[in-house]
Amino acid sequence: MDLIALQKSLREPLLLGIEDLLAYSYDGTAGIEPQKPLFVAFPTSAEELSLLLEWAQTYRVAVIPRGSGTGLSGGTVPIANSFVLCSSKMNRILEFDPENLTILVEPGVTTVEIAQKAESVGLFYPPDPGSMKISTIGGNVANNSGGLRGLKYGVTKDYVMGFEIVLAGGNRVWFGNKCVKDVAGYSIKDFFVGSEGTLGVFSKILLRLVPKPKSKKTLLAVYSSMEQAAKTVSQIVAYPILPCTLEFLDRTTIQCVEAYAKVGLPQNAEAVLLMETDGHPAVVAEEAQIMEEIARKSGAVSVTIAKDEQEALRLASARRSAFASLARVAPTTILEDITVPRSRLAEMVAVIQKVAVDYQVRIGTFGHMGDGNLHPTFLTNEKNHEEMKRVEKAMEVIFEQAIALGGTITGEHGVGTAKKAFLEKGVGTGAYGMMKSLKNLWDPQNILNPGKIFS
Amino acid sequence: MSTKTLHTLDFSILQQCMHCGMCLPTCPTYQETKLEMHSPRGRIALMRAIAEDRLELTETFHEEMNYCLGCLACETACPAGVDYNQLLEVSRFEAEKKVATKKPFRSLIRKGLLGVLFSRQWLLRLVGRGLWIYQKLKLQEMVRKSGVLNLLPKLLKEWEKKTPTVQVPFSCDRMAVLEKPKTPSRYKVGMLTGCVQDILFADVNRDTVDVLLHNGCEVYTPPTQGCCGSLQIHNGEAKWSEYLASRLIQEFENQSLDAIITNSAGCGSHLKNLHSLFEKESESYVKAKAFSSKVKDIHEWLVEIGYKEPDLSKENQTKFTYHDACHLCHGQKITQQPRELLKSIQDHEYCELKDSQVCCGSAGIYNLIQPETAGIMGAHKLENIFKTGAQVVVTSNPGCMMHLKSLSQESQVKLEWKHSVSMLAEAYRRSS
Ligand SMILES: Cc1cc2nc3c(=O)[nH]c(=O)nc-3n(C[C@H](O)[C@H](O)[C@H](O)COP(=O)(O)OP(=O)(O)OC[C@H]3O[C@@H](n4cnc5c(N)ncnc54)[C@H](O)[C@@H]3O)c2cc1C
Ligand code: SF4
Ligand code: SF4
Repeated sequence: MDLIALQKSLREPLLLGIEDLLAYSYDGTAGIEPQKPLFVAFPTSAEELSLLLEWAQTYRVAVIPRGSGTGLSGGTVPIANSFVLCSSKMNRILEFDPENLTILVEPGVTTVEIAQKAESVGLFYPPDPGSMKISTIGGNVANNSGGLRGLKYGVTKDYVMGFEIVLAGGNRVWFGNKCVKDVAGYSIKDFFVGSEGTLGVFSKILLRLVPKPKSKKTLLAVYSSMEQAAKTVSQIVAYPILPCTLEFLDRTTIQCVEAYAKVGLPQNAEAVLLMETDGHPAVVAEEAQIMEEIARKSGAVSVTIAKDEQEALRLASARRSAFASLARVAPTTILEDITVPRSRLAEMVAVIQKVAVDYQVRIGTFGHMGDGNLHPTFLTNEKNHEEMKRVEKAMEVIFEQAIALGGTITGEHGVGTAKKAFLEKGVGTGAYGMMKSLKNLWDPQNILNPGKIFS
Repeated sequence: MSTKTLHTLDFSILQQCMHCGMCLPTCPTYQETKLEMHSPRGRIALMRAIAEDRLELTETFHEEMNYCLGCLACETACPAGVDYNQLLEVSRFEAEKKVATKKPFRSLIRKGLLGVLFSRQWLLRLVGRGLWIYQKLKLQEMVRKSGVLNLLPKLLKEWEKKTPTVQVPFSCDRMAVLEKPKTPSRYKVGMLTGCVQDILFADVNRDTVDVLLHNGCEVYTPPTQGCCGSLQIHNGEAKWSEYLASRLIQEFENQSLDAIITNSAGCGSHLKNLHSLFEKESESYVKAKAFSSKVKDIHEWLVEIGYKEPDLSKENQTKFTYHDACHLCHGQKITQQPRELLKSIQDHEYCELKDSQVCCGSAGIYNLIQPETAGIMGAHKLENIFKTGAQVVVTSNPGCMMHLKSLSQESQVKLEWKHSVSMLAEAYRRSS
């Protein structure tokens, strides 16, 4: 079957024009050379998806699965002799089952649609990546995306109950079901979550929902050192209270937020911590009080508890505008993603600040203090080759230090092409070898998203 | 501006786009098609490819630039602060120049409407009077019934349906060059009458002056001012735009004004950025910058100086809602002020409109050159309006009003369309 025959069996036209191909030659990752695919296909059903993978295997053309292309590790950037398989026209909610607390969707449904659907009957879909208004659930599952609520609610994989996946060659397989308990055979499902489109393409996804917490309290604390913020977090967790949000900003980020969003943070602050606790109103009120006390005892310069929804939004805007404030500063913004054990977080921030001085680069760091996930954000210019070299060096040192502190090279953005050079070092040779042999087993001809994850 | 191209433009403006995709969900053309090329990120990628010589300026690129509404919803959503407006203006200008389209209707709009008609206010007024007579004598109905229109090509026929109702007398005959408030003047302001507003909504201009007078502003209205050039620049006609800008600046020079007031969202968005048309540090640039810094949207100005609330008791006479014009909410980030003003009108009931910041499809002359998409978007907008149950719809841009009004004529629900300033002027009249 050639391309014309393939087109005849698909509902949506294949895109072949140079302008269209250029528009699918990148994703959200900075500093990757754009690469045009041969064509772009838009399957509208699992059957068409399967047909496309069969065609790819027969003609030995690589497949680049794509959702909305907001990925930050180069996962959807095409390679030579490949086509893009875009899920944007498989965007139906197939079944909503509040009785079993599940929802069955096609991969192109956006994260926010799922969250809204759940909310419409008082349910809750917790994973909330910063890109949720446009990211697809297929992309979320393929990258095992996180968000601001990791500490209390976990990440995407904790909500995946099952899926249909199309394997290389076109076979469709179901894994999982609506049962909370299921030990029938190997739990192969988990291999595929976070596989970045290298093992198969999701065609249907079954998600778990939870009841929506009845109330929420928001607090904002300002500190004169990062250690004080870190101490607050470890004491809150040890109390034990499990807040849904514990987000921090470092000095550079605070200054950028003030320059752009003017939310009223002191210019000389070293750290800002945004805290939220949710649940039953009485419990939430008590927990907020305790969190305030702990923050003060840990040395906070000021602590504010939001009195109402409006003030909560105002406090949260300091954190919500962090990325936008940094992104305006320089032509190129590189959003990095490392994780260390929670107890080492302040140390890691200090390392990043030192690296910034050593290599003369600008880095603003913010992230999820509750789960140890940091986003060192490089403010630079990709056209300045000399500076870019220093940026790369600085990044390498940061990855090495993260590993040395018992951490990982990526907490939620994935390996893709951006981090594949560091993977073996990050996970160890044994684990790396196992991963590679799994890839060879499921996709022996290396058709699915080749060149990603592994060097 | 007329010398700027994608190649000579400061590259950092293009580079500022980090292709994060956060603008996609707010872009109407992406939402409609789910195709990346029809998204802000896709369009910027094409512009960048041209600037980096990875793509030639093709016919498809030209079409794409015209498929974009220019609604600037992407600017509001963009975390990196990308100046999409400037990118679009430069691209349209370059595309218009390089790819001369052979389609007859396109050149008709360009040369006829933008070049000649909108650039000469006397001519626009003359045509306006002709149109008024045509409408008053019920010629329009006769012509429509006679079937003569069937002889015209389809697109022209659609346009004839869209010819809006003209209001005579025009602005210049409705207000004096200088009008003083009854109370001592607090400020002296200039009044921009606009080209479309001047003829089709002359009463809105009168209402604007009344509202300004009521709030202690002395109002200077040069009678000979014409179009501000925003329609031209949004459609790739930079030369015309520069000429019109210079002329307008002259009209308001040496008047020691505290502000120059506009009641049209599209004009305001353009005039606040007038200097970007000219070479940096040139004499025209400096003059334009001085002018731009004084331009205020009427809502913005009233809230800034502390407007008088209409003295009315709380009743719920009619329900009304507000549609955000793109060039007010995205172009100038003015969303709170109109709502504050409208909510102060106590004897009517204000309600919010769902997705009020999504473009209605009017978008300059977009509804003339892309009638299909414009129609779909207008239909979405009307659906949301109907859901509110409002009898009166308020907005602040003549384009939106004409477009939606003409679309709503086909439906059963009868709506009244009002400019927010007229709403306020009437409230003042009721209260005094
Ligand atoms: C501003 C911004 C904020 C972000 N915030 C967060 C955050 O807080 N947390 C976080 O974890 N990430 C975040 N991200 C990263 C990114 O949004 C997520 O990785 C997201 O899940 C990607 O979704 P997508 O639909 O854009 O996928 P894409 O970028 O299109 O694809 C991502 C990967 O998934 C694969 N894939 C896509 N669809 C399928 C499918 N149907 N089957 C198999 N493989 C598939 C692709 O091949 C690719 O490897 C952010 C990104 C941006 C730009
Ligand atoms: S101006 Fe409007 S239509 Fe054009 S790219 Fe931006 S959001 Fe989309
Ligand atoms: S939101 Fe801004 S930076 Fe992101 S893709 Fe759109 S235009 Fe580019």
